[in-house]
Amino acid sequence: MLRKLHIKDHSGEVRLFKQRAIVAIIIVILLMLGIISRLVYLQVFSHQHYSTLSQKNRLKIVPLPPTRGLIYDRNGLLLAKNIPSFSLELIPEQVKNIDDTLVRLNQLIPISDSDRKHFRRLVKQKRRFQSIPLRYRLTEEEVARFSVNRHLFKGVSIQARLIRYYPFGSTGVHTIGYVGRIDTRELQRIDTANYSATTHIGKLGIERSYEKDLHGQVGYQQEEVNAQDRTLRIINKTPPVAGKNLTLNIDIKLQSFADEALGDYRGSIVAIDPNNGEVLVFVSKPGYDPNPFVTGIDTKSYAALRNSPDKPLFNRAILGQYPPGSTVKPFIGLAGLDAGIANNSLFCPGWFELEGDDRRYRDWKKRGHGETDLDKAIVESCDVYFYELAQRLRIDKMYKFMSLFGFGKKTGIDILGELPGLFPSREWKRRKRHQAWFPGETLITGIGQGFTLTTPLQLASATATLARDGLHFRPSIVHSMQASNDSVPVLTPATRYKSVLLKNPQNWQKVKRSMMRVLHSPRGTARGSARGAPYKIAGKTGTAQVFGIAQDAEYNADELDKRLHDHSLFIGFAPFDKPTIAIAVIAENGGSGSHVAAPLARKVLDAYLLGKGL
Amino acid sequence: MITDNYTAANRRRYSLAESFHIDVPLMVGLLLTAALGLVILYSAGNQNEAIIYRQLTRLAVAFGIMIVIAQIPPQQLRFWTPWLFAIGIILLIAVLTFGEGKGATRWLDLGFVRFQPSEIIKITLPMVLAWYLADAPLPPKPSRVIVCIILIIVPTLLIAKQPDLGTSLVIASSGIFVMLLSGIRWRYIFSAMITAIAAAPALWYFMHDYQRQRVLTFLNPEQDLLGSGWHIVQSKIAIGSGGLYGKGWLNGTQSHLEFLPERSTDFIFAVFGEEFGLMGILVLLTLYLFIIARSLYISAQAQNTFGRLVGGSIAITFFFNIFVNIGMVTGLLPVVGLPLPLISYGGTSMVTLMIAFGILMSVHTHRKLLSQ
Repeated sequence: MLRKLHIKDHSGEVRLFKQRAIVAIIIVILLMLGIISRLVYLQVFSHQHYSTLSQKNRLKIVPLPPTRGLIYDRNGLLLAKNIPSFSLELIPEQVKNIDDTLVRLNQLIPISDSDRKHFRRLVKQKRRFQSIPLRYRLTEEEVARFSVNRHLFKGVSIQARLIRYYPFGSTGVHTIGYVGRIDTRELQRIDTANYSATTHIGKLGIERSYEKDLHGQVGYQQEEVNAQDRTLRIINKTPPVAGKNLTLNIDIKLQSFADEALGDYRGSIVAIDPNNGEVLVFVSKPGYDPNPFVTGIDTKSYAALRNSPDKPLFNRAILGQYPPGSTVKPFIGLAGLDAGIANNSLFCPGWFELEGDDRRYRDWKKRGHGETDLDKAIVESCDVYFYELAQRLRIDKMYKFMSLFGFGKKTGIDILGELPGLFPSREWKRRKRHQAWFPGETLITGIGQGFTLTTPLQLASATATLARDGLHFRPSIVHSMQASNDSVPVLTPATRYKSVLLKNPQNWQKVKRSMMRVLHSPRGTARGSARGAPYKIAGKTGTAQVFGIAQDAEYNADELDKRLHDHSLFIGFAPFDKPTIAIAVIAENGGSGSHVAAPLARKVLDAYLLGKGL
Repeated sequence: MITDNYTAANRRRYSLAESFHIDVPLMVGLLLTAALGLVILYSAGNQNEAIIYRQLTRLAVAFGIMIVIAQIPPQQLRFWTPWLFAIGIILLIAVLTFGEGKGATRWLDLGFVRFQPSEIIKITLPMVLAWYLADAPLPPKPSRVIVCIILIIVPTLLIAKQPDLGTSLVIASSGIFVMLLSGIRWRYIFSAMITAIAAAPALWYFMHDYQRQRVLTFLNPEQDLLGSGWHIVQSKIAIGSGGLYGKGWLNGTQSHLEFLPERSTDFIFAVFGEEFGLMGILVLLTLYLFIIARSLYISAQAQNTFGRLVGGSIAITFFFNIFVNIGMVTGLLPVVGLPLPLISYGGTSMVTLMIAFGILMSVHTHRKLLSQ
């Protein structure tokens, strides 16, 4: 760039700048005086006026929490309710010495370290004039003890709030779930305006899956408050809209009965009404008491639950993926009949060999079942018959047929977080394992071993579909919703999936009759379990080998042995002619299906159909 | 040789500050004001320590950047000026095309850092004007004045389009200040003012609805009590109820009962007025006045036109920010979203401000090197 040569009058420019700078500073000072006179006007002459405004007229908008919807079982028993709970609260601004107050309070009402920690955290987050809870769920005695000494504790008070309470405790926890304090992750997900007065949110189960319906709509009121933030007058009010009440399909009495019937076994029982997919029983054992979670469980108790080898926090009914064992046989048999290849009988010597392979695939009965047809194979649970059938069906056909019953797929139940289980196929193995499919794997898939995994809910749903000759419903927990206590409940309609269609519908009866003989014929694997029943039961036992536990037997051999026992399974439905309940039972490490799971199922069926033991 | 003119005693006293190119009086003024800001922020933020730590971090970063800038000689800054300004303009155009932000597009996200390109312009517009005007004798000829007006109008319109009325106002003013300081004739100044007043109705036509609303609200705040008038009414109550001596630190009911919106950021002055009263405000204004006076003094001492004009513009723009903010909070001016310098909670404008003071220090502390 060409720079022009200018003759610059350096000292002249400095003088000019200084002049302008002086003008600038004069203007600055004048404007500052302007500000100051404005402030004098506001703070000196109008001080009285603004002081009055500040003291008297304070409008405040206070959000009002909606009442959370209640949850009932199918017979109208309350499963989740809102009870008043007394909490000890403290306003930091009004307490001179918080540490000293805590020490003195502790002599009246026990305050644990975790309460104290939680309190300290809240003190940092909230304002100094806000009431901060120190202890939740005071007993009546504690309330009384504090009330007598109340004058000694300025700034400390007892507040009643509604908190969630689950009267059935651990029995319903895996179905209903629980609510807990809103955490930071949930804060980002929720509509903060609607939750501005809400402290708790559904964390699990129905409470979480139906959070939107249960929560309701926040209300507001405009209040006039004084300088101490005390409400003088409510100016106007938009009342909150309570959450919807839910009625579940669950029969909580039957569920408690099933829960107790499982005794010390870990496992799951799921029962479904095959006529509409309503889930009657949804047990995962062991459970745990959800009530401490509502007010904030202490770390030690939580660690105990989390680290327990029985895994009480684990919802086995939808997350427990078990090998189904012989319970798949009726379905595989049906696949065989539908393909027209299960009409012959074969001779079972107690083992099966693939051509060109020396490996023997054994039957559970060492001596073999002798001459066996499909009926006998189901009744006596002959493995060799199903090895042969599976080999002839081939894996892809089995996969296609079993998918129709929902194996390897989520059932779509209205509780979030369900796992899909697994039914293997050639394509799956190539995709996931990058391996070819081996013929031996087809065989063991035919008896429900190998890669196959099912959840108890899936088994119950598939059994229900079988019981109604292919009519396939989505399992549902929620029966109806009621917008308010005096409005008409709105039914949640049953969802039907595509029905399973057979080429020859008579094959349904054929397999179901065999399942009936599992319990009602003298050679059936569950022959003991139907003894004396005034109705007919159809079912199938299963015994699943436990995989995946390292066999370092040196460490605590007894315990390890027990955990290596087979899982005991049973699926069934009743009454045979007009089924109203389909059930799946899994007792972990229970041993054979005939001895543990089948008798358990019988007890639940008796309770449901005859009211026995309820 | 730098210290030739100083006595031995002065040499010891100033040697550390001087080797880091720090102007001690200005530094002290800035630090005191920032400290006062932290005190009131602690109250405005409801004694949330996390806010204080974040603000402290920002202050540390901003002061650090100031010191770094102060190390660069003014000739160097002057050499970079046109390029920096050009980059700023390109980024402004980019932000209108790809920018992001709530309602208004002001932010540019470069992946590793998010910033407002208008902040670059805040610094570089006065610099580019000074760079241009320093080339020829002052006062500038009318043709040069027209070039300057174009240089001011282009970024101002780009920022107003975002829309960010407050910032475009500050930027346009900082440019005008350079021209005023350059010695432009008074008759031009007065005729421009008359034109501006005549053009006001046209400006109204180009405003966004919310901007018009703000002006209407300013004219009659009580009319819109639950809407935008709430800010002004509540902040006037806060300041007025503070009285001569204030309600005391942490005791402002207006601020603490959540009547006062934006109390940590744009309306922090109302919290200050409520809790410390008129006396506290006078202390704060004295500090501000000291910083402005020192900055103007530094500019007057500068050894070339570029340094003088940039420095003077920084000083007056600093005051302009203060005046607009306090004017808005006290109901003298319409609500435009401008923070109170050195006091309001927030990062971007703080860094820009300290860069400006870094330039001032650079102008002042490098001047002996220039003397022939």
